[in-house]
Amino acid sequence: MYDFQYHKPATIADAVKLLAADPEARPVSGGMTLLPALKHRLNKPTSLIDLSGIAELRGVRREGDAIVIGGMTTHYEVATHPQILAAIPALARMAATIGDTQVRNRGTIGGSLANNDPAADYPAAALALRATIITDRRRIPADEFFLGMFTTALEADELVTGISFPIPEKAGYAKLRNPASRYSMTGVFVAKGPHGVGVGVNGAGPCAFRQAEMEAALSANWSVDAVANVKQSPDDLNSDIHGSAAYRANLVTVMAKRAVADAG
Amino acid sequence: MPQVSLTVNGKSHTVDVEGRTLLVEVLREKLRLTGTHVGCDTSQCGACVVHIGENSVKSCTILAVQADGAQITTIEGIAAADGTLHPMQEAFREYHALQCGFCTPGMVMSAIDLVKKHPSGLSEQEIREGLEGNICRCTGYHNIVKAIAAAADVMNGKRTELARAAE
Amino acid sequence: MNVTLPSAVSSGGIGARVRRKEDLRFLSGRGQYTDDLVRPNQLHSWILRSPHAHARINSIDTAAAMAMPGVVAIYTARDIEAAGLGGVPCGWQVTGKGGKVMAEPAHPVLASGKVRHVGDPVAFIVAETRAQARDAAEAVEVGYTSLPALPDLRAATAPGAPSLHDEAPDNICFDWEIGDKAATDAAFARAHKVVRFETTNNRLVPNAMEPRAAIGDYDPNSGEHTLFTTSQNPHVIRLLMGAFVLKVPEHKLRVVAPDVGGGFGSKIYHYAEEALVTWAAAQLKRPVRWTCERSESFLSDAHGRDHVTTAELALDSDGRFLGLRVETLANMGAYLSTFAPAVPTYLSATLLAGVYTTPAIHGQVKAVFTSTVPVDAYRGAGRPETTYLLERLVDVAAREMGMDRLEIRRRNFIQPDQFPYQTPVALQYDSGDYEATLRQALEAADYAGFEARRAEAKGRGMLRGIGVSTYLEACGIAPSKLVGQLGARAGLYEVANIRVHPTGSVTVFTGTHSHGQGHETSFAQLVAEQLGVPIDMVEIVHGDTGKIPFGMGTYGSRSLAVGGSAMVRAMDKIIAKGKKIAAHLMEASVEDIEFADGRFRVAGTDRSKAFAEISMAAYVPHDYPIEELEPGLEETAFYDPKNFTYPGGCHICEVEIDPETGGVEVVKFTACDDVGRVINPMIVEGQIQGGVAQGIGQALIENTVYDGEGQLLTASFNDYAMPRAATVPDFTVLTSTTLCTHNPLGVKGCGEVGAIGSPPAVMNAVVDALRDYGVRHVEMPATPLKIWSIIHGGGDALPQAAE
Repeated sequence: MYDFQYHKPATIADAVKLLAADPEARPVSGGMTLLPALKHRLNKPTSLIDLSGIAELRGVRREGDAIVIGGMTTHYEVATHPQILAAIPALARMAATIGDTQVRNRGTIGGSLANNDPAADYPAAALALRATIITDRRRIPADEFFLGMFTTALEADELVTGISFPIPEKAGYAKLRNPASRYSMTGVFVAKGPHGVGVGVNGAGPCAFRQAEMEAALSANWSVDAVANVKQSPDDLNSDIHGSAAYRANLVTVMAKRAVADAG
Repeated sequence: MPQVSLTVNGKSHTVDVEGRTLLVEVLREKLRLTGTHVGCDTSQCGACVVHIGENSVKSCTILAVQADGAQITTIEGIAAADGTLHPMQEAFREYHALQCGFCTPGMVMSAIDLVKKHPSGLSEQEIREGLEGNICRCTGYHNIVKAIAAAADVMNGKRTELARAAE
Repeated sequence: MNVTLPSAVSSGGIGARVRRKEDLRFLSGRGQYTDDLVRPNQLHSWILRSPHAHARINSIDTAAAMAMPGVVAIYTARDIEAAGLGGVPCGWQVTGKGGKVMAEPAHPVLASGKVRHVGDPVAFIVAETRAQARDAAEAVEVGYTSLPALPDLRAATAPGAPSLHDEAPDNICFDWEIGDKAATDAAFARAHKVVRFETTNNRLVPNAMEPRAAIGDYDPNSGEHTLFTTSQNPHVIRLLMGAFVLKVPEHKLRVVAPDVGGGFGSKIYHYAEEALVTWAAAQLKRPVRWTCERSESFLSDAHGRDHVTTAELALDSDGRFLGLRVETLANMGAYLSTFAPAVPTYLSATLLAGVYTTPAIHGQVKAVFTSTVPVDAYRGAGRPETTYLLERLVDVAAREMGMDRLEIRRRNFIQPDQFPYQTPVALQYDSGDYEATLRQALEAADYAGFEARRAEAKGRGMLRGIGVSTYLEACGIAPSKLVGQLGARAGLYEVANIRVHPTGSVTVFTGTHSHGQGHETSFAQLVAEQLGVPIDMVEIVHGDTGKIPFGMGTYGSRSLAVGGSAMVRAMDKIIAKGKKIAAHLMEASVEDIEFADGRFRVAGTDRSKAFAEISMAAYVPHDYPIEELEPGLEETAFYDPKNFTYPGGCHICEVEIDPETGGVEVVKFTACDDVGRVINPMIVEGQIQGGVAQGIGQALIENTVYDGEGQLLTASFNDYAMPRAATVPDFTVLTSTTLCTHNPLGVKGCGEVGAIGSPPAVMNAVVDALRDYGVRHVEMPATPLKIWSIIHGGGDALPQAAE
């Protein structure tokens, strides 16, 4: 790891100020992705802005017909929070499968969204549930947030402060793990929500995406059979030693079926 | 140079570190608590697991500065003051859940967290999935799973003494 | 003399499930692994490694790096050569067809002139901290001219392929054969059927959980070098490094292997880093330490397996095996590691008879240099490759003959009354009962009930299959004379020194090394049983050339069979001397003294002396036969085995395949192994469970992949899949015993059987699960992608055409 300055601001405003002052600064929340990258010297930030001291970024609350989760909420907290378990149990179940226990104890929802790893779990849920990502300066619909591999709509000094999930009627999630990294090879999150049916896919492509044909099929007929006949095109999907594009395309359908079954 | 204060196994320490110093480096090199091991550099093997507060964390994936002010427990700190082993340590010995011993401290620390988070008990499958973040190359996990199940019964109050392994 | 056998399992003796002595320190975080040790005033180091698979080194500029903070020294090949250091030696010389000795290119400690694999060490940077050494490594400027990479075994042997080494222009290390070619050809000429089979034994990374580490220290007063290292055999390291690399005599070189976090073969070999820290410490007059990072281990620890094999089996119309022909290409990697040439030859091809009476066998092995990390022994070393080949081949043959998979095996088993059994490929098996282990495993696995379980799984949409392997292996390596004839450059005896202290407690110094095997417990059981002292009074010491007379270390499941036998021999001497002392004290004739249960008795009388009374008399020789007997009670024995030992047995695996994802789950695994006499069943079962998990890993998920440029694609745990707790099932492990006939304990060895017997059982189950898809063979590892591709008619893993 290269050395860097370390800052631990107490407010969002101070954090943004530090980031704005130094284009080579990086925010760190749980650090579950950033620290391994730093250890391999893949990044050389001049300073790390630790967000763990910012009380405003914590907490889970219900706002009308939505659950709002603070950016620094850990995966373990999402998996076990009574309000999330009651309102969007599929989201809690999904959080309980992220990484391993130690990743869930430190990794955060805000960090995962901002990092936008193609194989991360949350982006599929955010897309399917039509979530809104809340930053220090605006609200960004999930559809406009995830732009590409490790790329989001965030500006360089912009912080994810929370995410608002409209409470769905039902939702479900299924994934197949990569046998080595244990990240999602392909995962599908399905939801029947106040703004319609959503099907979010992670792991398969360079960026999480919505599967429109499956959404249409499920809108017409919410059933396992409805998605079973929708084939995902392998074009533009990821291909590596663990999974070809054709294999991942198959998994989109298989995981969609299982996610619908999970949703009930 | 940043300075961090840590309480490790009930003892307070203040140490000088670099920004880039990992918690595991402080534990091993500054505090000489070498029971916490480093087995990989991709945060997967779990040989470095310690507790911060009640939660298990991989001490190779947290900076020392991030742990400033934390209450940390390592493998050296889980036995009773009189040396009586923690039920999880006792169970690992009784069920032959370790061979080379290198993954063992992290495995034990993860297992304690796992059991504490399942006070009503754990199925074999839950134990196996709960060990996702710990790799053992020696045992084939068979006896680790048995040891955790036996220790869980003691930790959760189902039994007062550890169930003995088959003779 | 053979060891006294207990009539019943006594507390702590042979056969008892004694809880391990070593566990308390490991469970309390007090293990002392190499990286846990601190030397005063120590320096840290980092190795700059080649990013290229094959390149010429034009220049190395260290000036900028030397000026970086904390940097103390930077060494390159030029410094190593100026100091007159030798290269890393190979411990085995194979002589091929026509008496042609293998090509043995130099293996420099730091790459000289060329780099030959990604990870080849180029410069050694020593600094006050590890981070400073690593920072400086980035400032070392190396000018390379890239040369064609040779990552592929077959491509490296193609005509016109570029050469990796001048000493082996065709990249062939040796071309070797075993068996009777004419007799084998004759068997094929009269065959009813010939079954042909090709397979690749997938390349594996051992991945012991403790990364390698080494600390060099030097005492200028005594001129003694000390190396602390993660080794399975410190005396071998002392010999190889001292005699061949550093040219330091043994009495000035001490090698300590403290607690070692697993080895599986990867810590047998002498590695360049050990020589570098030892040499640099003497140059700098300060201790120098090096610890490998996991991703670096992938590029620097010897890999395992990587054989490409074609086999043909000739059968008569009853399914009896008439002849076997095998041709193997074995990957040596870029340089010859310590045991590498022995693995595909004497540890693999000599097993081609398996448990069968095949009368004519001819095996050929071409060993090939490639621009990859060196390949050497990994748990099982050659025997898993042959076992996998045979046990898949037998299943394929059964299918093509229309025979039951068990029946074809039984029809060809070597029968219990045929021992000692001389195979056509050099080995003579001493004992075994393959029908017994098969029968027990079938019962324990409820083989008869399988079809009902398959039908039930089908109802859930799952494809269930069952696979059997019946195998043996040769371990307990090995007779020195034999291995010498086969090319070993060392003997393979073992050494025990037993020191009985005045009060009767015992310290045992063994030349074997325990890195997970539990020797501190099982060896203590053996000694406690034999000498009749409580187990707590026995201490096992290993891993330090400064304490132990000599030793060859631990690998090849040899520790108990060879090291334990050495202890028995040393104890025989202790008892013999004790009898003389007892005879003197009790005024009896030596011939009348009996020793049992820790007491020396005058036969037929009630006169006796406790073991501790005799030891005290030996050290306080006031009333002592001093004219004819030296004081003291300490004996050393070197035991050279008469033969290999031959454990074997039956593994039965059941898998379920999810046809939608291609995912394979092992749902049931049963092993019945004959490992000879069992000292501690708890430890033996643990060894087998661990070995089986590694075998399941090889069969289902583990694979090492290089791209065309020679870059390792599976270079960390992110891409190299390791078995986790949820990868493996609860195991049923049984033992069934026939005794080894040639060692005093009757033991055979249990360290590798799990990894040897299990991969074909898993793969036979996978192929069986796919029986409705017309699949003949699936290559390891049976990843979800591969299985899905087979089921859905795509990909490269389709059934091969039968001949």
